[in-house]
Amino acid sequence: MRRPGKPVLLGLGLVALALAPVGQTDYILYILSSWLVFAIAAVGLNLTLGYAGQISLAQASFMGIGAYTVALLTLAGVPWLVAMPAGVLLCFLVGLALGFPALRVQGHFLAFVTLAFNTLFFLVARNEDWLTGGPYGLSGMPRPDFWLFNTDPNLPFYYFTLIVFVISSALMWGIVRSPWGRAFKALRENPIRAESLGLDTRRITLLAFAIGSAYAGLAGAMFSPLVQYIEPGSFSFVQSLRVLLMVVVGGSGFFFGPVLGAAVVILLPEFLRFTEGYYLMIYATMVILLMVFCPSGLIGLGQRLRDRFRPGRELRGDMKQGAQL
Amino acid sequence: MSQFLQVLLSGLSTGSIYALAAIGFTLVWQAAQTVNFAQGEFVMLPAFFVLIGIHWLHMPLWLALIFGLIVAVIVLGLLFKKLIVEPMLPNGGLPLIIATMALSILLKEGTKQFYGAEAQPYPSLFPQTTLHMDGAVVSVQDLLNLVVSLTIVVALTLFLNRTRTGRCMQATAQNPAVAEILGVNTKRMVLYTFLINAALAALASFLISPVYLAKFSNGETLGLVAFIAAIVGGFNQIRGALAGGLLIGVLDNLTATYVTTEYRAALPLVLLIVIILWRPQGLLGTSEGRKV
Repeated sequence: MRRPGKPVLLGLGLVALALAPVGQTDYILYILSSWLVFAIAAVGLNLTLGYAGQISLAQASFMGIGAYTVALLTLAGVPWLVAMPAGVLLCFLVGLALGFPALRVQGHFLAFVTLAFNTLFFLVARNEDWLTGGPYGLSGMPRPDFWLFNTDPNLPFYYFTLIVFVISSALMWGIVRSPWGRAFKALRENPIRAESLGLDTRRITLLAFAIGSAYAGLAGAMFSPLVQYIEPGSFSFVQSLRVLLMVVVGGSGFFFGPVLGAAVVILLPEFLRFTEGYYLMIYATMVILLMVFCPSGLIGLGQRLRDRFRPGRELRGDMKQGAQL
Repeated sequence: MSQFLQVLLSGLSTGSIYALAAIGFTLVWQAAQTVNFAQGEFVMLPAFFVLIGIHWLHMPLWLALIFGLIVAVIVLGLLFKKLIVEPMLPNGGLPLIIATMALSILLKEGTKQFYGAEAQPYPSLFPQTTLHMDGAVVSVQDLLNLVVSLTIVVALTLFLNRTRTGRCMQATAQNPAVAEILGVNTKRMVLYTFLINAALAALASFLISPVYLAKFSNGETLGLVAFIAAIVGGFNQIRGALAGGLLIGVLDNLTATYVTTEYRAALPLVLLIVIILWRPQGLLGTSEGRKV
């Protein structure tokens, strides 16, 4: 018995994403585009957290580096297609420089170093007026124009984000499936065994963190033309926590977890608007409950429910123990 | 010179309060391998319990302080351990870290919703007078804050090293399996650690709130400083956390006075990165070795 394969579901999902904005207001278009932008950042963090098992709390500051780089370059007249790789590369290099010392030591040092880095970035962005515009930020970044495809109106910009999202996700799919990507999984499941098999765990973790950071840079490079106004507050520590929660709520280590998580984190405030100030409290309580009852996130919860209703699809009950051995 | 002394003393005073939070953080880390990202909020909240005692239950200050301490130990010690840490331990470290982050949002937003977003004036425990010593103006509050928090640290060290319970707690932190074999009730010892952490956070809260006023967002900086103090001093040592706290308090005040106020908040962060690069086990810490 074959279930409708994953390619079919993937195709349906893409069609839905392509049709979603038709006839919608500018506001909905903005929400959808920012969902895709944050999904890119969350997909990157998922590599660091879900596959390599390291906590990064600086995803927002890497988005900030990407966003400020692209904003400064495009305001100076450099085309987006040149500015974007510059921002992504810068994030990759900063990620390497930051992760190198932190990953020398075991434990959750990367979490603390990235936490400190995010706060430092915020301070620099706020205080160095000559470069970043200080607390007033930068505004009026042009949206990219590709000859026949001008992304200035909101609808084309949505499709532009969709294309970038699909390309970057496909790239991540390739990274995760490659032998090199499988090393990440080995590392998360059993670092000692991974090391005994000859994997240079430190180098792999470092690269995972740097690539994850580069994805945040890409998200920042999209964020800058999307909102056309950036200020330090958009890249504060709280925003990093938001991206982290996207990954965890969706299901870290699952490929589509962060995409789902980003949708929940972006859309939930809209649904919970009637609760006014209590939104964050409800949200935090939900996260705690999710962590207590299902630490593998919403996708993990879905899988668990599916297994309950369709038990023993492949495994015979009496074979279970054998299968475990 | 007299200004330097003043700055030094007020730095030591805030630093010793940071150290209380950092020590609690270190104890919980050792006993339960739990990184508590809500530690800052644990220091922010007890001040509000005291305010509730004063304004709503019309208690005198001393009774409100005791009330605040007891509520803090129950809510931030017992309930935190039973409702959040315990059910999550089998899930591994990562979900617990995420949950404490969510808890910090919950406590912060809860305080904002139920007590208001403005900074609340908080009664001072000590007289607001100054002493004149050799031309230096010394605040009595700073001096007494330093004395009280150092006394607490000394008492805690004595408790941990000289009493049976304290030594059982240390054994549990060092090697839970062996401690259990030797007849230590490890579960109980871990619970004690959480209660002590809550009490330390509450005491830090009572001392720091007259200086900073009670505000829902106080935990953000306090929590970060407590982590950094714990790491800078050495993650597995009480005296390390104390040294880390004092160092950060002093450096913070010195930078603000003599170098720059804009980047005041950056200094502990730079210190953290330097320490991790140069001496990852902390200034006074001993290397834990790799767990292979």
